Amino acid sequence: MSALSSTYALIRKDIQSELRTRYALNALLMFVVTTVATILFALRSDQPTPTVLSGMYWVVIFFTAMSGLSRIFVSEEERGTTMTLQLVASPSVVYFGKLLFNVVLTLSLTVAVTLLYMIVFSTSFTIQTPSIFIVTVLLGSLGFASAATIIAAIVAKANTRGTLYPVLSFPVLIVLLMTVMAATAKALDGEPFEAALGDFQILLGYILAMTGGSYLLFDYVWKD
Amino acid sequence: MKFVKYGSIVLITFVIIAGLAIPLSSSPQSWFQFPVIPALEQKARNIFFHVPVAWTTVVAFLVSLFYGYRYLRTRDITYDIKSVSSAGLGLMFCVLATITGALWAKFNWGSFWNWDPRETSIFILLLIYGAYFALRSALESEEKRATLSAVYSIVAGITVPFFIFVMPRIMAGLHPGAKGDPEGAGPVVQFDMTPNMLVVFLLSLLGFTLLYVWLLNIRVRMAKLEYERSIQHS
Amino acid sequence: MIDASVTVAGIAKVFSRRAIFRGISFSLKGGDSLAITGRNGSGKSTLVKILCGVLTPTEGTVQYTLAGRNVPIDVAKDQLGLVSPYLQLYDEFSGLENLELLSRIRSNNFPIDERATDALNLVGLWDRRKDMVRTYSSGMKQRLKYAFALLHRPAVLILDEPTSNLDAEGVDVVKRVVEAQKSSGIVIVATNDALEARWCAEELHLGDQPQTAMKR
Repeated sequence: MSALSSTYALIRKDIQSELRTRYALNALLMFVVTTVATILFALRSDQPTPTVLSGMYWVVIFFTAMSGLSRIFVSEEERGTTMTLQLVASPSVVYFGKLLFNVVLTLSLTVAVTLLYMIVFSTSFTIQTPSIFIVTVLLGSLGFASAATIIAAIVAKANTRGTLYPVLSFPVLIVLLMTVMAATAKALDGEPFEAALGDFQILLGYILAMTGGSYLLFDYVWKD
Repeated sequence: MKFVKYGSIVLITFVIIAGLAIPLSSSPQSWFQFPVIPALEQKARNIFFHVPVAWTTVVAFLVSLFYGYRYLRTRDITYDIKSVSSAGLGLMFCVLATITGALWAKFNWGSFWNWDPRETSIFILLLIYGAYFALRSALESEEKRATLSAVYSIVAGITVPFFIFVMPRIMAGLHPGAKGDPEGAGPVVQFDMTPNMLVVFLLSLLGFTLLYVWLLNIRVRMAKLEYERSIQHS
Repeated sequence: MIDASVTVAGIAKVFSRRAIFRGISFSLKGGDSLAITGRNGSGKSTLVKILCGVLTPTEGTVQYTLAGRNVPIDVAKDQLGLVSPYLQLYDEFSGLENLELLSRIRSNNFPIDERATDALNLVGLWDRRKDMVRTYSSGMKQRLKYAFALLHRPAVLILDEPTSNLDAEGVDVVKRVVEAQKSSGIVIVATNDALEARWCAEELHLGDQPQTAMKR
């Protein structure tokens, strides 16, 4: 189907562009490193509890994502390529292309942060129920990306881009944040998989509702 | 509209008097006595004020969302005027709900804020309203402002069912009605109110809703007049 | 001659309560050419954006037909070629890469290599095809926009300020492109240069009255 190949081509373009310019990648990497380092300094030799660790894990991801995910639309707007994209791709292709790129970005971010945590907090960051952790990270990234994409599209059309993005994203993402933090804590605590089912239901519902709603609304944001 | 105005004045006055003045007794006999709810006692009176105000802020948000949706479908700027007027009222009621809630929390559980799911919900709503107005102030073009703020309020509205209904079920909380509440008394979900309390409560609900409708009417009329005037001058 | 037409009826655009234009109507079919003229700020680029489906009009409709059938604007875009100062290409990619990736996003089903070669040769960018667009001069970027606009052999070619940044050689290329397009499809040129306006058979002047296209 041509819509699928269009979407794939768009994601490829964004990934290639990112690899060449590394605007977002560098910023995200530096953000992760500095945030984790700051947490380390704050803790000194104290070992955080699983609740605190899972909270911090998602704090790092949340703030790093906030600094980077808005770029997907702002970069097009800044360089004047929005019109080009509007000419070659239908709104749904643009929406899903940008959404999936954000998913890839967020997943890479979670992998990086997980590895970092395992190295830095090796004694306390022990994932006792990996199944919960993996599902949480997957669903969490999807949820993050789906909310981030539509809000990035909105912010790209406004004048004061920098501070507006976190202000708009935070209220929408709080539910997601609280749920993934709770589930991650369960993974660190070693609770059985069934204990997190309620959380997964919420996450799944959030992803479906947010993606569906954003898809329907995207046209209004994208077209002037 | 006269009915709305006078209705809301009468009802709220009645509720203030009845809510505060009717005495409590451990085994209520007459219509003029409220039961004593264990662990709440006199503080239960808050229910006549806090819950209707919280209810109104949610109504205001939904109304704002609805008018935003109508704007997206019709591009008629009057819908945007109604949407932002309702949002302004919603913000005011939300602040009131947060304050009355924090007062209740202080007297009931010792501290003003505890991050229990219901408290967090009203806080999120406050943030949504704040974000809505921040977005509007960052957009100069009237059409863009109307379109994008409508879209944002719908996006934020999607998360509302989650934090109002779903999360309190899953996470334990202090609010009556949340999981783990020892007495099992929940004002919004189920509440052991005697009929007379229920009457006062429902009247308060109605009174505050009418107040909201009245204020909305005034704001929309004012905004429309300003809009007409600015068109004539340009 | 490609069987295509565009019919515009009663187009108006209002920005913050001020109408840029009202009552724009015209109809073009294969072989027609229209010049949109007017002073700076009269709304030429705005009208171009509306024609491309990138901006929604406040009133009125734009209807494209292909092979006799009405098509929605999202389908019609595949038959549109646009050159405009508002259109930019990706400067972290080379000229050739831009053509390739944009063609893939558009899901064109012709062999891209052949077409890209032809287009780049036509606009005189073949030698610089592998250089990053970031290194192009403004004239070269303009030429690349033409390559991009012509790649898919569109039925409708829309040129907003067609010769901006071009040298005499570039202007010649544009003239030839316009002539070629006139014999195969529709050309719309938005310009405030009287000479350029004369390339087209009809003219629509954006001013204060209700607008219909005037034949010369």
